Amino acid sequence: MTRNGPLALLYHALFVVFMLAPIVIVCIVAFTPEGYLSLPTHGLSLRWFRTIAQYPEFIRAFWVSIWLGALSSAIALSLSVPAALAIARYRFKGRDALATLFMSPLMIPPVVLGIAFLRFFSLVGLGGTFVGLVLSHVVIVFPFALRLTLASAVGMDRAIEQAAVSLGASDWTVFRRVTLPLILPGLVSGWALAFIQSFDEVTMTVFVAAPGTETLPVRMFLYIQDNIDPLVTSVSASVIALTAIALVALDRLYGLERLLAGRGINEP
Amino acid sequence: MSTPASDNAAPSAWLLSLPALVFFAVIVIVPLIMTVVLSFHDWGEYKGIQPVFILKNWIEIWSDPYFGEMFARTFRIAILVTLITAVFGAPEAYILNRMRAPWRGIFVLVLLGPLLISIVARTLGWALLFGGNSGVVNAALMKLGVISSPIPFMFTETGVIIALAHVLMPFMVLSVWAALQRVDPQIENAAASLGAGHFTTLRRVIFPQIVPGVLSGGIIVFALSASAFATPAIIGGRRLKVAATLAYDEFLNTLNWPLGAAVATLLLVCLVVTIVGANRLIERRYAEVFR
Repeated sequence: MTRNGPLALLYHALFVVFMLAPIVIVCIVAFTPEGYLSLPTHGLSLRWFRTIAQYPEFIRAFWVSIWLGALSSAIALSLSVPAALAIARYRFKGRDALATLFMSPLMIPPVVLGIAFLRFFSLVGLGGTFVGLVLSHVVIVFPFALRLTLASAVGMDRAIEQAAVSLGASDWTVFRRVTLPLILPGLVSGWALAFIQSFDEVTMTVFVAAPGTETLPVRMFLYIQDNIDPLVTSVSASVIALTAIALVALDRLYGLERLLAGRGINEP
Repeated sequence: MSTPASDNAAPSAWLLSLPALVFFAVIVIVPLIMTVVLSFHDWGEYKGIQPVFILKNWIEIWSDPYFGEMFARTFRIAILVTLITAVFGAPEAYILNRMRAPWRGIFVLVLLGPLLISIVARTLGWALLFGGNSGVVNAALMKLGVISSPIPFMFTETGVIIALAHVLMPFMVLSVWAALQRVDPQIENAAASLGAGHFTTLRRVIFPQIVPGVLSGGIIVFALSASAFATPAIIGGRRLKVAATLAYDEFLNTLNWPLGAAVATLLLVCLVVTIVGANRLIERRYAEVFR
């Protein structure tokens, strides 16, 4: 009764082909031995992966992305922990408005955020700087950081904290020795999810980044706008491979379903 | 888990939220207000941005049919993408929900994983699949005899819609799947034991329960496709403009920031009105499901 019939499985197979086709094609084309885009390719070659090394702008953009993701996720996380504790534990006037504000970067089109940041940063003298880039990415990844910290703050057993208090621990000790270790798995996953979001962000970043502070997706996007060749395909394939590794790791660590479907705010 | 509201709850809650709140006030709210203000400023090729209050940009958007056409295209694409993801994503979520371990876990990874893969890489994949007359998709369709001459996908709305539907499909599957997980699996057996056929069960029992999932997924997909940038920019090229790519052009190519700000503000307002309106509607209609 609850098994999928043959028609359902056929549909499923076609659906999976549709979802994977563009990703697979990037990986196939990346291994072409030809000097141009060609399909089908005859034989496999790593020449285009080796060529990446001759393009320092891709390498530099990669490191900008890594540092940007690491820093902005860490800052977003440290801002989100106290906010998550407040939202999870207190019922106060303005709580819903606060939660809406903190989740709003998900609803505001990234192009609008990008324009707003471009205008703001150029007026306050942060235009095209790495600092500006980090600040803007903290905004973009904040909802993801908050969602996971909130989920772990809500799911925490508070009796342990009360026990610590009754044994004479100060507020700070309770937080450092009890609360923080308990929500740590959520924080690690939140950081990882935030990092991936930052690493993938392109629309908002296109406005904020300057030639010296371009992130990898921005570099790829600008390159594709000019022409599509096997080089950018091999860069994309490398990005896909890195993401796939991170994805499997996250799935093991936290569970992909929980990571993506997690709600938190509206849950009791 | 709820702590009873005590009289001193509010101050500590606000104190805890203060760092994030200050950050949002300075880095989100102030820039957004500045963007709205910018849309009322004047601009000239030689004089640059003039901080005056005029309606020039708004009148231009209102009166020049180019902008109307472009916004119409943006929302046409968004509506079609939403419909496509709903029609194809909902059945897939249903099938996924009926799978068993370990297949379910594997396909969740396969179908939802692309969400975390760079949107530029995924769109590049479509550009490669579509690419010119010798593109893989056209070659395959012609070989299967579905079409006799190649369909132009690159630089067309059709191409943008297909690529966007692919990029945003996981959101729909995820949303419908979340709705399905609230359904008691025994309910299908109950319907069958009462004599309902498979199709009747689907139509009368399962379908009504996934509608809220389709609707909330639809809102997400609609909002994201109406504000999509990278995919329309790559597949649509320089000529097929949507709201986001037009704002980008005004800002980084023409350098008419006030006009770009006006386009962005209008896009934001349209989206917020649509999302809030749709949410209200759904919550009222399906209050018992969302609770």
